[in-house]
Amino acid sequence: MEDPMAAIRETFFQECEEQLAELETGLIAMENGTAEAETVNAVFRAVHSMKGGAGIFALDSLVRFAHVFETALDKVRSGTLEGTPIVIGVFLRAADVLADLVRAARENGSVDEARTATMVAEFDQINNAGEAPAPAKAAAATTGLFEPVPEESSTWEISFTPRAELYAKANEAAIILRELRRLGDIDVRLDTSGLPDLSELDPEGAYLTWHIKLTSDCDEAAIRHVFEFVEDDCVLLITPPEPPGFAPGTVITGDNGFKFEFFPPSEEEEEPEAEVVAAPPPVAREVQAPPPPPKNQAVEVMAAKAEAAASVSATIRVDLDRVDRMIDLVGELVINEAMLSQRVLEAGIARASGVAMALEELEHLTREIQDSVMAIRAQPVRSVFQRMPRLVREVAAQTHKQVRLVTEGEGTEVDKTVIERIADPLTHMIRNAIDHGLESTERRLEIGKPAEGTVKLIALHRSGRIVLEVSDDGGGINRARVKEKAIENGVIAPDAQLSDDEIDNLIFLPGFSTAAKVSDISGRGVGMDVVRQSVAALGGRISITSRPGLGSTFTLSLPLTLAVLDGMVVSAHGHTLIIPLSAIVETLKPRAQDVFPLDHEINVLALRGGYVPMVDIATSLGYSEQPIEPEQSVALLVEGEGGVRAVLLVDAIHGQRQVVIKSLEANYRAVPGIGAATVMGDGRVALILDVDAMVRDARSDSGARAPEQLVLTDAA
Amino acid sequence: MSTTVLTVDDSRAMRDMLRHSLAAAGFRVIQAEDGLHGLEVLESERPDVIVTDINMPRMDGFGFIEAVRRDDTRKALPVLVLTTEVDVDKKNRARAAGATGWIVKPFDPVKLIEAIRRVSA
Repeated sequence: MEDPMAAIRETFFQECEEQLAELETGLIAMENGTAEAETVNAVFRAVHSMKGGAGIFALDSLVRFAHVFETALDKVRSGTLEGTPIVIGVFLRAADVLADLVRAARENGSVDEARTATMVAEFDQINNAGEAPAPAKAAAATTGLFEPVPEESSTWEISFTPRAELYAKANEAAIILRELRRLGDIDVRLDTSGLPDLSELDPEGAYLTWHIKLTSDCDEAAIRHVFEFVEDDCVLLITPPEPPGFAPGTVITGDNGFKFEFFPPSEEEEEPEAEVVAAPPPVAREVQAPPPPPKNQAVEVMAAKAEAAASVSATIRVDLDRVDRMIDLVGELVINEAMLSQRVLEAGIARASGVAMALEELEHLTREIQDSVMAIRAQPVRSVFQRMPRLVREVAAQTHKQVRLVTEGEGTEVDKTVIERIADPLTHMIRNAIDHGLESTERRLEIGKPAEGTVKLIALHRSGRIVLEVSDDGGGINRARVKEKAIENGVIAPDAQLSDDEIDNLIFLPGFSTAAKVSDISGRGVGMDVVRQSVAALGGRISITSRPGLGSTFTLSLPLTLAVLDGMVVSAHGHTLIIPLSAIVETLKPRAQDVFPLDHEINVLALRGGYVPMVDIATSLGYSEQPIEPEQSVALLVEGEGGVRAVLLVDAIHGQRQVVIKSLEANYRAVPGIGAATVMGDGRVALILDVDAMVRDARSDSGARAPEQLVLTDAA
Repeated sequence: MSTTVLTVDDSRAMRDMLRHSLAAAGFRVIQAEDGLHGLEVLESERPDVIVTDINMPRMDGFGFIEAVRRDDTRKALPVLVLTTEVDVDKKNRARAAGATGWIVKPFDPVKLIEAIRRVSA
């Protein structure tokens, strides 16, 4: 069985991650001036809650730092410290330190003590700047200890007179007596002399006094411990057997030597005589119905409840494995359903028959189940976006640039597996935007731009894909320099004529990242080509547009899910293949007069004034030696990453359908030109074409031989 | 019949911890995530003791205790406040709102259970 404490610890750390994210979001809202009244409370609660949880697991350094942080936040919350940009800046950095402390605690790792200490010192500064510098008391509870004095068994005399407040707080004299009895033998006498006539009796009043003789070897602290919660709401006299410290009749008031904290004395208590001794038996409270509460209060509560019902969005947390298993099963169901449909068709059952119609309904339901299951895994990209402000701060500090990060579309939802894999490319794109995109502060001021550069991160849904854009307002791509570099590195021929877009997209080519100056930030051995490859592996595309002097925009487009795909079913030389629908721009019937041979291998198709390279699927995948006659074929105009186009030639199109993606690499091995596989309705395996690879091949073949021909394709 | 404890705390880790400690001690545990949720739970449950946090979203511990006390049938329901606050003002406020007792986090399950026993009939 799993160790429950380990599980709770894990929950705590998960919760910390959520709270850190909330903290960051809140602080940024405060920084931007978009904070609402509740924001500072939420920020405070996040830190406070982490502190509380850290206490359970004795994560002392985390507790200490969270406490210092919380103290300062509380001052902002109460208005004694103003949330100036400087103060918020300290908070933001403190949030980073706190995040490091949490992660260190989780992995039993170490943290940069010096950084934590510096941060604490900064807090001291802002705390002192605040009007009332409260001493930062250690958060840990005073584990109150008192010396257990061994005592002889002897008789204590206790006089206990509850006040009405004691009962109002749901304390109960009978329970106190019960607890006293646990300490030893008790002899209880009830003094009812204060009890008024029934007609004058306040049902919620308190009129009784108990005189107790306790025979026990306990010490006085143990007795006072029993009265801990009620000490301020009663008159209590404890007379020790032999008066060591107290004269008989001393009124004992609270002190702090106990395990539980005392309620501090309240004002009424200074004159206990005023209230004293009188007495209805406590039952009286129960017999008589207390007056109904004022109506407006009841209404208030009702309103509050209604509001609660409206705003609660019930959620459950489910182990991801379970969801994945379900997605797998639904995938199998979809395939099975398709196979069944096929068999029914083969059996010659009419389409209008009851069986076929029921099957159609089943298909509809299956599809709906699939969509619903996929929706379970859909998550907003917020979790990834929330990591970016910290990255921006760090990179900005390293590069000595002033950067403002603007994010949009955090609520855009995408499959969890995709979310996990966009963090790295995004990180790299943002690093790149700050390091290479934005000019230095001096340069910006020189050319009349604001000193602070802006990096924008946007997420949106576009035609069944998620699009992430990272743009900067820097200088844009230095095309002359990029081209020069590309020629230098042999990426393109010296006489190659490239359009602006093509030059910009050169930075994604392998071998290009050997930039002259490899900086700390972007040049961590990862070039844009690696980013492109990792994106391509997800079925995504990345491209760049750039305007000189105005900045660059990187656009990353990814499928919403990695589990299913809308595809066009085609056949090439008798083999069934799937082409991802998202890549297909249009389908057409090529005419002989539009096909021009470029050389003995490559043909181009004239299309609305431009020329697009043609790829014969059957020959390029090795199904056939004999190239297909273009007039006999069906052509699909596809668009690969960066908007590069090609025409794919196949024998026929058999319609479109959604297929469940099965990894070829995991089940067989990677095949060039093939992205994945799926199981068709007839139970046979069909391969899913890797359109990007196909387009790339077509272009690199033609590009290597005659780069000037590339320009032709742009008109398409 | 075992004693039923309602815990009100917005932290999942703390809720898990409370559930684990209290269930191990033989209590029946019901849980709520904040004050308003606590009041909703109280519509269908009659716990013997409530253990509540102070700092919570939507409705904090003070508001929750006050609302509990406004209900005639729950005037005698013991409410223990469980919080990291060591601040005197907060304790006074909880007390004024009608809290029966007070336990300071980080709690020790033994202390927690003892405190519950001390206020429950």
